[in-house]
Amino acid sequence: MAKIKELVSYVRSKNAGPFWLTMDLFFDSKDKYMTLANSPGFTRQTLSEVFDVKAENIKIFYLPDLKVVKVSFPRKVIQGSPYDTDMHGGQQYVSVLDLEL
Amino acid sequence: MMKKCKVFVPFGALGGGIRQEAFQNAMRLKPDIISTDAGSTDSGPYYLGTGKGKYARKAVQRDMELILTAAHEAGIPVTIGTAGTCGSDSGVDEFAEIAVEIARKHGFSMKLAKIYTEQSPEEMKSRFAAGKIHPMEGAPKISPETFDTCSHIVALAGMEPFKEALSNGADVVICGRATDTAVIAAFPLMKGCDPAATWHAAKTAECGGVCTTDVEGGVFLTIDETGFTVESPSPEGSCSAFGISAHLLYENADPVCLTEPGIVIDTSKSVYTELGDGKVRVEGTTIEYRPYTMKLEGSGPAGFQTVSIVGIQDRDVMKDPMTWIRTMQDYVQKKLDAFGLDRSRYSYSIRPYGYNAVTGTAVPKGFVPNELAIMLLVTAETQELATQVAKVFNPYLLHFPVHPERPMPSFAFPFSPIECERGQLYSFRLYHLVELDDPLELCRIVYEEV
Repeated sequence: MAKIKELVSYVRSKNAGPFWLTMDLFFDSKDKYMTLANSPGFTRQTLSEVFDVKAENIKIFYLPDLKVVKVSFPRKVIQGSPYDTDMHGGQQYVSVLDLEL
Repeated sequence: MMKKCKVFVPFGALGGGIRQEAFQNAMRLKPDIISTDAGSTDSGPYYLGTGKGKYARKAVQRDMELILTAAHEAGIPVTIGTAGTCGSDSGVDEFAEIAVEIARKHGFSMKLAKIYTEQSPEEMKSRFAAGKIHPMEGAPKISPETFDTCSHIVALAGMEPFKEALSNGADVVICGRATDTAVIAAFPLMKGCDPAATWHAAKTAECGGVCTTDVEGGVFLTIDETGFTVESPSPEGSCSAFGISAHLLYENADPVCLTEPGIVIDTSKSVYTELGDGKVRVEGTTIEYRPYTMKLEGSGPAGFQTVSIVGIQDRDVMKDPMTWIRTMQDYVQKKLDAFGLDRSRYSYSIRPYGYNAVTGTAVPKGFVPNELAIMLLVTAETQELATQVAKVFNPYLLHFPVHPERPMPSFAFPFSPIECERGQLYSFRLYHLVELDDPLELCRIVYEEV
C-alpha cells in the first residue's frame, strides 16, 4: 500500500478566505493520479478523520487534465481565532502525507 | 480592428516589490494600464480589525513611486485595489496621501479617485433586517448585533466603481476593499474585451508573478475579443499552460468556477495553448451573469492575549512532553480555580513547538525531541486578566517536575518577564453577501485634483 507522500509530486494547502481551507495535490503521471483518485483510502470519510471536519462538508474536485486533486473544506477553527495555530493554513497538508491509499 | 487591452500587473500586492529589469521590460511592452491589488484577508483579522496595513510605509512608497512615475511618463492610468491590506477607509487615505506626496515630489498633476468601501453597522443592520444579507457556505451565524461588534466592515467592490472613476477621467484610482480581480478587469471590460476572458485573465494575474516562473517579475496580460495571452516580463520568467491553468486553484475553494460580483466564470472548457517564448494563450472560458452581490468582511475585538514561552531540553520531559503538559496544566488549573478566577472569562492553549503544535496530530512512535519551545497563549476579557492567568502559570512553566520526589528542575525562560502582552485580539465575523440593485450604492467615490 502506497502512502500519499510516495505518489504526489507537489502538495500545498492554503486558506481560501478566512473560513475555508483548500489543498491541492499534484501528480506527475496519470497512473499516480489515478491511484489516488480511485483509492478507497482517499475519500471524504478518510479526510474527515484526518482534518476532524464533517465528511459532508468536504469537497473533492478531480482534474484529470491537470493531474490534480483539490480538496476544500470549512476551517475547523476560524482563521486568527484563539485556537488557530496556522494563520495561512499553509501547513495543513502535512497531515495527509502519511495517509495510506 | 479587434479590441485589445494590455494590462501590466507588477505585484501580487503593492508593497511586495518587483525586479527592476522585469518592470522596465513590461513598460517597453506599452501597457494600456498598470493595475495591482494591495491586500487580502490572508494575514488575519488584526488588519481589518484595526484598519491598519501590513506593509512598511517605505515599501508602499517605493512601489507606488515606481508605478505612478512610469504611468505618468507613459500617459496611462493606474488602478490599485484593497489599499492598506484590509481596504479600510484609513487605508485608502494613507495610500492617497502617499500618491499625492509622490506627484508633488516629481512635479506632475493627476486626477486621483478615492473609492471608499467601508460600511456602517447601521446601514448593514437595516439591510440585514430587510433580508438582503445572506451567509456564504461556511459562514458563522450572525444576528443584527454582530455588525455592532465589528470595528470595521468592508464590502468588496466589483469592477463598476473602477469603471466609474476611470470614465470620469481619473489617472490614479485608489480603492478600499475590492476583489483581487476587479481592479485588473475594469479597464479591459471598458475597452470592449471579452468579459469571460477578461475575468479569467484577471484571476490569473491577481497574485502578480505567482502564475509565472518568476514570482518577483510581475505579469503582463494582453486581452482581446476572443481570449487572453499571458507572459512574464522578467528575463528569468516564463509561463506554461500547466502553470496558468493551475493558478485557478490557488487560494480558491472551487478550481473550475470563479464567482465575482454579478458574474460567474466557468473554465471547464478553457483551452490553454503555449505560444512559444514563454507565452500562453487562453480561450474558451464562458461567463454567466447573476444578480449583483458584494461580499462583506468584518472584524472586531475578541479579547486580549498574553504569551509565555519556555524552552525545555530536560531528558525526562522530552521522553513524554504531552504528559508533562497535561499534568502541569491540571495542577495550575486547580490554582486558578482556587484564586477564584472565573473560567468563563479566560481561556488558554499550551502548544509544544517542536512536537506537534502546528497541526496537533500524533507524532511518530518513539519520537523524542531534543528540545521544545512550549508556548502558553492566554486569551481573556482584559489584558490584565490574561497576564494574571499567565503569571499563575509562571512558576510551573519554569519548575514543574516530572518526578516530584527529586530536586526541583528549572527550565529555560528566554527573557524576563516571561509574559508578553500581545494586546487586543480580533476575529473575523462576516462571510456574507449583500444583494444590491446598483453596484455603486455601497461605494463612495471622491475625486482630488493634484
